[in-house]
Amino acid sequence: MAEKTYLQAISDGLRLEMRRDKRVFVIGEDVGVYGGAFKVTQGFQEEFGQWRVIDAPLSETAIVAACTGASIVGMRPVAEMQFADFISCAWDHLVTVAAKQRYRAGTPVPITVRLPSGGGFSGGPFHSQNPESSFAHIPGLKVVCPATPADAKGLIATAIEDPNPVLYFEHKHLYRRIKDEVPEERYTVPFGEARLHQEGEDVTVVTWGAMVYTAEEAAKKLQEEDGLSVEILDLRTLIPWDKKAVLASVEKTSKALVLHEDTRTGGFGAEIVATIAEEAFESLDAPVKRITAPDTPVPFSPPLEQAFIPQVEDVVAGLKDLGSY
Amino acid sequence: MAIAREAEPVGSLSEIKEAGLDREDLLGIFRNLVLTRGIEERGHILYKQGKIPGSFYTGRGNEAASVGVGTAMGAEDVGTPLHRDMGVHIVRGVEPWRIFAQYMGRADGPTQGKDGNVHMADSRLGLIAMVSHLPAMLPVAVGCALAFRIRDEKRVAVAWFGEGASARGDTHEGMNLAGVRRLPVVFVCDNNQWAYSTPTHLEYACEHVADRAKAYGFEGVVVDGTDVLAVYREAQRAIEKARRGEGPTLIECLTLRMEGHAVHDDAFYVPKEMFEEWAKRDPLERFRTWLRENADFSDEEEDEIRAEVKKLLNDAIKRADESPLPDTSSLLDGVFATPEDLDTPHHK
Repeated sequence: MAEKTYLQAISDGLRLEMRRDKRVFVIGEDVGVYGGAFKVTQGFQEEFGQWRVIDAPLSETAIVAACTGASIVGMRPVAEMQFADFISCAWDHLVTVAAKQRYRAGTPVPITVRLPSGGGFSGGPFHSQNPESSFAHIPGLKVVCPATPADAKGLIATAIEDPNPVLYFEHKHLYRRIKDEVPEERYTVPFGEARLHQEGEDVTVVTWGAMVYTAEEAAKKLQEEDGLSVEILDLRTLIPWDKKAVLASVEKTSKALVLHEDTRTGGFGAEIVATIAEEAFESLDAPVKRITAPDTPVPFSPPLEQAFIPQVEDVVAGLKDLGSY
Repeated sequence: MAIAREAEPVGSLSEIKEAGLDREDLLGIFRNLVLTRGIEERGHILYKQGKIPGSFYTGRGNEAASVGVGTAMGAEDVGTPLHRDMGVHIVRGVEPWRIFAQYMGRADGPTQGKDGNVHMADSRLGLIAMVSHLPAMLPVAVGCALAFRIRDEKRVAVAWFGEGASARGDTHEGMNLAGVRRLPVVFVCDNNQWAYSTPTHLEYACEHVADRAKAYGFEGVVVDGTDVLAVYREAQRAIEKARRGEGPTLIECLTLRMEGHAVHDDAFYVPKEMFEEWAKRDPLERFRTWLRENADFSDEEEDEIRAEVKKLLNDAIKRADESPLPDTSSLLDGVFATPEDLDTPHHK
């Protein structure tokens, strides 16, 4: 196994799918000659040609809708949104056509939409969002949020293989910052199975994406300072989500903190908290805590953005509250 | 000033032979026109009898446009017909009883009661089911054409939209992508002059919707949408052009929506004289007259066709009425597809 960045792992995973399955093609803005705004598809057009790595006009609706059409006649398209924020332009198509076509007309839509998401580098209101929760609310869409390079590679393969529309949220702040051992060969990571990021006894943190690392740092601090043992569950996929693993962990630790970078109201954390309240109430020794971004657009200036995105110290404070409850 | 070309009517039997149709094909077209109208007329009666829940839409006045384009499509071509395009489903061979079952929300409708009215299509016949949002299916058809181009197949996608939907961004994005990549797609605008109650001059400011084609780098044609042979000839030219790799065409079929937006709407806002004028150009009557004048269409032949259609409709309604309502246990089924669902001829 070689050490790879999160970004390289996505790129490798996608390239392997394109090599093994001629039906897979990539379409998006600047994905060809330029290799994608973040270089995930660098070198792809040289290897696969301009009809499998397609530079599209600036037309998010047409890009995603064309994927739907192509998938119905036998392709396995992968669309790249230059930034996850721009998926708002294709919202109508995804929600109106792609998400409902199987249920109402019996026609599966096996497409993958790659969504570079998340903040942390002054991208401002339109290059920093984590809109996964709004899509998790739409029946018929699957939502994937890998946190590690190994999962990023395995989950892109699963996404492409899946017979449904899959939204693959890749966190931009992890692209080059996170490196890890990644198997060379092709493999898949199943949807709906959480990954135990770290085992613990006293409190459970349920999270995904870049917040896994925020939770890890906070847990490390607390272990050193207070001897608090924190269990971290990385959901990996929100739709479907691993309810069983969350409930089992909460039953073990009896305390839970749900952490996400998306905004608070109606965020996916609320669904997790409600489920814990409904199904593990008897196991709880403290009220379930939520740490999220506040209900504002993502601000630009560094101190404002830092105050927006949940920080290690916020999680430390939340865990301390729970530990001493 | 118009930019789009204006199509000519078809003058004689020999002219239509050149376009690929023999006399038997013409009788088949007449039968499909009668069947298309018959399904919608009988559906309307069922609606009034309270047998159809929700609302009910017809394509009265648009039968020649839908049958004409449908007839020009090849067996391997695909399309995304809309709520005025019943004729396309008929030409592609959907069984009428399944349409009535769909109308009535029965388990044997193509959507098994999950969706209503013309929100249906048999994907095995190369058709993709429409949604209410227009023209959402237009860029989907462009995606089918993109797949054909990637695989270098000689197949064509047909994308329908209305003059109302021409005002939305999906139309622009889809046509622009198709133009940039010269994809094998034909855009068909059913211009029935009324988007619900909104007239054309409040939908677009150019003379014809088809004038826009030039801005996307391909040809636009305006055709009399009540003339089934003119529609067929233009659609056939455009489809074969796309098949040869010569890019898209935008065909605008000019008609009048002869009823309200849906059956609840009496279309009070359409001038009476407009209905009277277009009633003289009824697509079925026009073609019947053409057949009599140019193809020795006899009373016996016409009676035979009408009797066959009548029996088909009676049997279809009876069979549809025997179909059960969906069991509520199916409510949660099919939100997500399984790998086995991809085991279709077209998904592979």
